[in-house]
Amino acid sequence: MMNEPWGKDGPAVAARAVTKTYGNGVRAVRGVDLEVPPGEIRAVVGENGAGKSTLMKLFYGLEQPSSGEIVIGGQPRTLRGPASAIALGVGMVHQNLMLVPSFTVAQNVVLGVEPGRRGLVDPKAAVETTARLAEEAGLAVEPRARVEEVSVGMRQRTEILKSLHRKAKVLILDEPTAVLTPQETEDLFAAVRRLRDGGMTVLFISHKLREVREISDQVSVMRAGSLVGTVATADSTERSLAAMMVGRDLSLEVERAAARPGETTLRVRRLEHEAPVGQSLHGLDFDVAAGEIVGVAGIEGNGQSELAEILAGLRRPTAGTVHVGGTDTAGLDVAGHRRAGVGYVPEDRLHNGAALDGSIADNLVVDRHDRPPLARRGVLHPGAVRAHAERLIEEYTIRTPDPSVPVRALSGGNMQKVIVARELSAGPRLLIASQVTRGVDVGAMRFMYEQLVAARDAGAAVLLISADLTELLALSDRLLVLKDGRLVARFDDTAGLTEKRVGLYMLGVERHEQEHLTAGLEDRGDVS
Amino acid sequence: MSSVLDVVLSSAFLAAVLRVATPYLLAAFGGLVAERAGVSNIALEGQMLSAACTGALVAGYSHSVALGAVCGVAVATLLGVLLAALRLELGADVIIAGIGINLLASGATAYAVYTLLDDKGGTSGLKSGTLPTVTLPGIQHVPVVGDVVSGQNLVAWLAFLAAPFVAWLFFRTRFGFHLRAVGEMPDAAASVGIPVRRVQYAGLALSGALSGLAGVFLSMGYVSFFVRDMTAGRGFIALAAVFLGGLRPWGVFLAALGFGAAEALAVQLGTLDVPPQLVSTIPYAMTLVALAVYAWRRKRRGAAGEVATASL
Repeated sequence: MMNEPWGKDGPAVAARAVTKTYGNGVRAVRGVDLEVPPGEIRAVVGENGAGKSTLMKLFYGLEQPSSGEIVIGGQPRTLRGPASAIALGVGMVHQNLMLVPSFTVAQNVVLGVEPGRRGLVDPKAAVETTARLAEEAGLAVEPRARVEEVSVGMRQRTEILKSLHRKAKVLILDEPTAVLTPQETEDLFAAVRRLRDGGMTVLFISHKLREVREISDQVSVMRAGSLVGTVATADSTERSLAAMMVGRDLSLEVERAAARPGETTLRVRRLEHEAPVGQSLHGLDFDVAAGEIVGVAGIEGNGQSELAEILAGLRRPTAGTVHVGGTDTAGLDVAGHRRAGVGYVPEDRLHNGAALDGSIADNLVVDRHDRPPLARRGVLHPGAVRAHAERLIEEYTIRTPDPSVPVRALSGGNMQKVIVARELSAGPRLLIASQVTRGVDVGAMRFMYEQLVAARDAGAAVLLISADLTELLALSDRLLVLKDGRLVARFDDTAGLTEKRVGLYMLGVERHEQEHLTAGLEDRGDVS
Repeated sequence: MSSVLDVVLSSAFLAAVLRVATPYLLAAFGGLVAERAGVSNIALEGQMLSAACTGALVAGYSHSVALGAVCGVAVATLLGVLLAALRLELGADVIIAGIGINLLASGATAYAVYTLLDDKGGTSGLKSGTLPTVTLPGIQHVPVVGDVVSGQNLVAWLAFLAAPFVAWLFFRTRFGFHLRAVGEMPDAAASVGIPVRRVQYAGLALSGALSGLAGVFLSMGYVSFFVRDMTAGRGFIALAAVFLGGLRPWGVFLAALGFGAAEALAVQLGTLDVPPQLVSTIPYAMTLVALAVYAWRRKRRGAAGEVATASL
């Protein structure tokens, strides 16, 4: 493919006063000025929702700026779509990889610019090209393997080779390490450095500051859609970057009084779960009392999702017992769990949290539409549904013009507020809150924290599952750590507990003794 | 029973299978191309019917069989593009849009025939002719094969060439690559700059053209006139063959051939002492059975890897 000419000098990529406002009024990027010189690895960091991904989509032509201009190769450009960005030498490795599963690695690499003549594809040339590119860049792949059969790491290398085949001069990597093992991450970094030394400009999107410090030449920090600043990596520390990301003014410190735990609400004994896909659970024993928040830490994929789904009734335990407020819920369906007083904020709100095309009002009544005051003799009362929605919209400050707006049209934070409003207004005895603040803005995050603490103080037992250790330490009265589907640590006092210390248990470097994990738990004997 | 076996094993029966399977093959490949492009072509039936009617009428009035065939295929192609436009431009549900096109075709063809010929049944009053038959020189001397393939219609030959053609198109050409990528992962295709919509338009046009060829064969090869609703559900059976064949060219080929054999059997049994009403249900009954087997096999294969959502 012939690349369009680049200017002799100037930045490889730049944004000049770029703003992006979406159709629903969300301003994802606000007046960003960013310049990246050729041959540099530039990290762009920020919290979820800070606008990093949107900015990258602007560079790759997937979105068009509402105002301002995008510069590629030293000149202002209008990108009508990825095709024009590709033609200018921009390649992007998306967070959700963009590969065709049934195609081979080589076919994916050449897709769109296939070797061959007169409309035919030359499969041999495709394999040779892929092997050659892989060799040059030090990215090991099997050109003839089907993508659906290879590891996530190889899929990602395939994505990078795709960009190299298109002669990319700028490579955008969107959270590339999120799915990689530590070894794969190291290999990726080595390859990225090699590409940089060959003249490639790399934009590295991440929120893992340790990795950013390791790989980048300079770091640009975004917060709430704006560029906070750019610093040389050598002059920064993880702490200084974190301060820039979160912002000095808005504190996420949560004011909470000491917990006053009451009776045991959730009692889990010798819980086993054989998962056909995902992580199985092995012999979990723990309690959550009314009026306390118990956090569950762990590297993602160590059984947190499975545990949450069992407690919410979406999966069945293979063995063991679960009691909620004295009711044995292990054999009940979802409705039975709700009747027992379980509220559930699922980790994936787009799939399990809300009916996206349904209105806010309908989503707020799905667990209670069949009884008064919303329904009389089985017939729904529209006025009551609307009034109910209006009350919750006000109470939970859901930003929307009307209760009839479909949930899909809301921002991540407001969508989550709808779900949290529904679950908390049901007055749950036990609340399972999974990744409550994932992808929501800082303001909504703070709001969620306050709500969780308020629910606790109102007497609910809260099980908080999160990938964010800072969040867990800020909110949890007690903390459990899951590793490979087993409980490996239990901290009954979280005061003074550091992320580093919890991290050792998450990684499996240390673990608590069995006696400590089950100390003080009643009824362990009578479970067969 | 022995008389049934005699019939089935005769070369005349095998020749009939080829003839009867022709519209199934072409329509099924039409369905396959659309399915692989990511848009189900429910309108195969209507496209066939429109092509059959247009072909017979144009050939009858112009006295040119070739012109009739070309016009028939062109109309079906346009209906394919129409389906694509309804889906891609207006966001219509592809099932509803397809049903709409089928109903439109059924009504419009009957109306056109009645208006032009004052006949509510078909174009039997109009002399339109048939497409030429093809006999490879010397092949009639080859035992069995000679009897089976000699004198088959040109379109029947095309139908059997369609399987290697579609396989070649899918797996060897750039267009086929893009089509399959678009159907399987539209986001991935778009992210490498493949014009997703344009590829889908092209796929549905090709799909319409293939089903149009099937329709033209019905009115200008199988018989030499158009009869109201003469497709008799063949478009839907072809769609069944697409899935039964596992969305693969040779699988679809075998499935469509199987449906053709079932219909040929029904035709032959009609000459024997079997109730005709029962016999005429054979192709449809076989479709149901085949789809049930397909679904059952898929379920068994899927069960192993399925996430435990059964308790939901």
